[in-house]
Amino acid sequence: MVQIENLTKKYSSKLVLNIQELNIPKGQSFGLVGNNGAGKTTLFSLLLDLIQPSTGHISNNEVRVDQSENWKTYTSSFIDESFLIGYLTPEEYFYFIGELRNRNKSDVDALLAKYEDFFHGEILGQKKYLRDLSKGNQKKAGIVASFIGNPEVVILDEPFANLDPTTQIRLKGIIKDLAAQQGVTVLISSHDLSHVTEVCERIVVLNKGEVVKDIQTSAQTLRDLEAFFSGNTSVQVTDLNTSEESI
Amino acid sequence: MFKNFTGLQWKSFFRSSSLGKSLGIKIFMGFMAVYLAVSLIMSGIGAYFALEKIFPESGPFQIINRFLIYYFCLELFIRYFMQKLPVMDIKPFLILPIKKSSITHYILGRSAVSFYNFLSLFFFLPFCVVLLYKGFPVLNVLGWLMGIIALVLTINYINFLVNKSDRILIAVATIIGAFYALEYFDIVSITEYFGALFYRLYEQPYLVIIPIGLVVLVYWLNYKFLRTKLFLDATLENKTKEAQTSDMAWTRRFGKIAPFLQLDLKLIWRNKRTKTQVFISLAMILYGLIFYTMKDFGPTSPMLVFVGIFMTGIFLMNFGQFIPAWDSEYYSMMMSQNIPLRDYLESKAGLIYVSVVVMFLLSIPYVYFGWEALAINFACALYNLGVNVPVILFFGSMNKKRIDLAKSAMGNMQGASAAQFLVGIPLFGLPMILFVVLSWVGSFQMAISVMALLGILGFALRKPILDNITKIYAKKKYGMIAGFKEKNS
Repeated sequence: MVQIENLTKKYSSKLVLNIQELNIPKGQSFGLVGNNGAGKTTLFSLLLDLIQPSTGHISNNEVRVDQSENWKTYTSSFIDESFLIGYLTPEEYFYFIGELRNRNKSDVDALLAKYEDFFHGEILGQKKYLRDLSKGNQKKAGIVASFIGNPEVVILDEPFANLDPTTQIRLKGIIKDLAAQQGVTVLISSHDLSHVTEVCERIVVLNKGEVVKDIQTSAQTLRDLEAFFSGNTSVQVTDLNTSEESI
Repeated sequence: MFKNFTGLQWKSFFRSSSLGKSLGIKIFMGFMAVYLAVSLIMSGIGAYFALEKIFPESGPFQIINRFLIYYFCLELFIRYFMQKLPVMDIKPFLILPIKKSSITHYILGRSAVSFYNFLSLFFFLPFCVVLLYKGFPVLNVLGWLMGIIALVLTINYINFLVNKSDRILIAVATIIGAFYALEYFDIVSITEYFGALFYRLYEQPYLVIIPIGLVVLVYWLNYKFLRTKLFLDATLENKTKEAQTSDMAWTRRFGKIAPFLQLDLKLIWRNKRTKTQVFISLAMILYGLIFYTMKDFGPTSPMLVFVGIFMTGIFLMNFGQFIPAWDSEYYSMMMSQNIPLRDYLESKAGLIYVSVVVMFLLSIPYVYFGWEALAINFACALYNLGVNVPVILFFGSMNKKRIDLAKSAMGNMQGASAAQFLVGIPLFGLPMILFVVLSWVGSFQMAISVMALLGILGFALRKPILDNITKIYAKKKYGMIAGFKEKNS
């Protein structure tokens, strides 16, 4: 679904992203992890054509994102609060997004009904503008808005941050369902290793703009990742694993 | 403690990002401030002599006293819109070992040296100097001046108490209206009554105790009020107004631009800065009175073309010059969404078209000054529609500065850059030059007709023109996204 070729992004001679090749097949739930400054948001911004690549390109369903705008019809995203329109109520925002994606009010209402659980009664019918909601509730609204209009590709930057535990668990269910049941390609980034390993079939680790790990999630992925980020060598990882097995 | 606070204030001013604004704006703002101060001083000096001339039967000092009540009401009105209450700045101090009472006194004390309080001093001080020069007794004039200053301060603190409550604003507006009506229909002479009251202040300077007592009273009320509200969840918390939802079904008839039109209308109505601009635009319809009542201009002066363009295009300028920066807070969302940029721009243009038509309709009463006035305003409205709308949209593509909609409205130069000043040249300069040249080689009628025709032509060609502007916007997309992300610009 998403193809990345020879992609680099430089900011005044500082290379912040350098990906030779990366293919994400349709219906995959794809997780991106990495420390601050690893290039996660840069990659997502490039995917959404919000910044220009220095070299290379990204294709989304065979459409070059920097050359055509056709990818916008089947791609949706929530990167941060700047994707919300502060002076609208959540409902108005959902209807506005629905309008842009050719969904009428009742379509949007039907979709929102499915996420009543996720909203936990704090989003709809509050008579509040989005700018007056708490960070977590803003995030909930933004995430659900990105599901409007049956997108084929959903991009979520740090979806778990700022959410309360109940919502985190519900969000994990939603993301899994999107990829497994509905064939949606879901791209998420996260600092929370356990969430991302639980949700994603495949995890790519970025470090200083380069792909350093590309793994299919398995039972030991979390340990692998934890070891990687704590700076331990792989030897110790195997040690840990064997010790666990021996127990 | 006060020294510390003042030091912090000083730093916050000099290190604020607004001070990092481009030099042009700084000079412009400085110029405006000096201009305002000088013109206030000049009118303070000139007021006595001017009033002496206009109302020879009653003394200028009495006249001033009679209109003081309107002045104070007006001041409260203006302050309501412009004065920022300095409450938000103290959040970090709440958890530090500082007495809440000294924080409160500091806030209240600082507002006493607000710019708005000095504004009236710039007028009244020179006026009093003239009074002394004219041989009014020193003690009495001094008492009167003190009284005025005390009343200005009272208004300052009343504005605090009003605290941006729309209801009180409407009440004040009604009172002013009622006063004027009573006066106009000769029922009760409000000005006479209050004039006498203020004159007493002059006659018996010891009465200055009353206004001073008033200041102390409102200060004390403010103190009581603020001191108990000095918690995060009370006044400091941003007030969350209950959201008014409306689906604006009537916009449906505009077809595909309807969602954007709805968004723009909500943008304007739900944000202070834009909302104030609507009111300013409506009030600016009176701007022409200044020029039309001056006898120096003939009925066909190029200055009146300037006035016509200005009056019918005020919203065009105020709103249009910051397109698309109004949407800067969520511009990256707009650009990653399935949005046809053309519909987006068309909706903005549509909104401006409506404003030009409304402003023209409001300007029709100028026909009182002769048919030429109506002809000029009509031609200017057409010119604005056809030529200036594309011009302002084109200049909008150069906007790269973010606008935080939550910030206050007046005197807010956020989002302004050199382009905003440059845009005035084609907006006003071109039609004026055109008018001057054509009425010189041809006639007034010809010049006006050409302007109107240009407007009609531009309006007829709006589709291809908008297509080209859309291309420019698409090309500048990345720069805009990056620029709008920078918060401190």
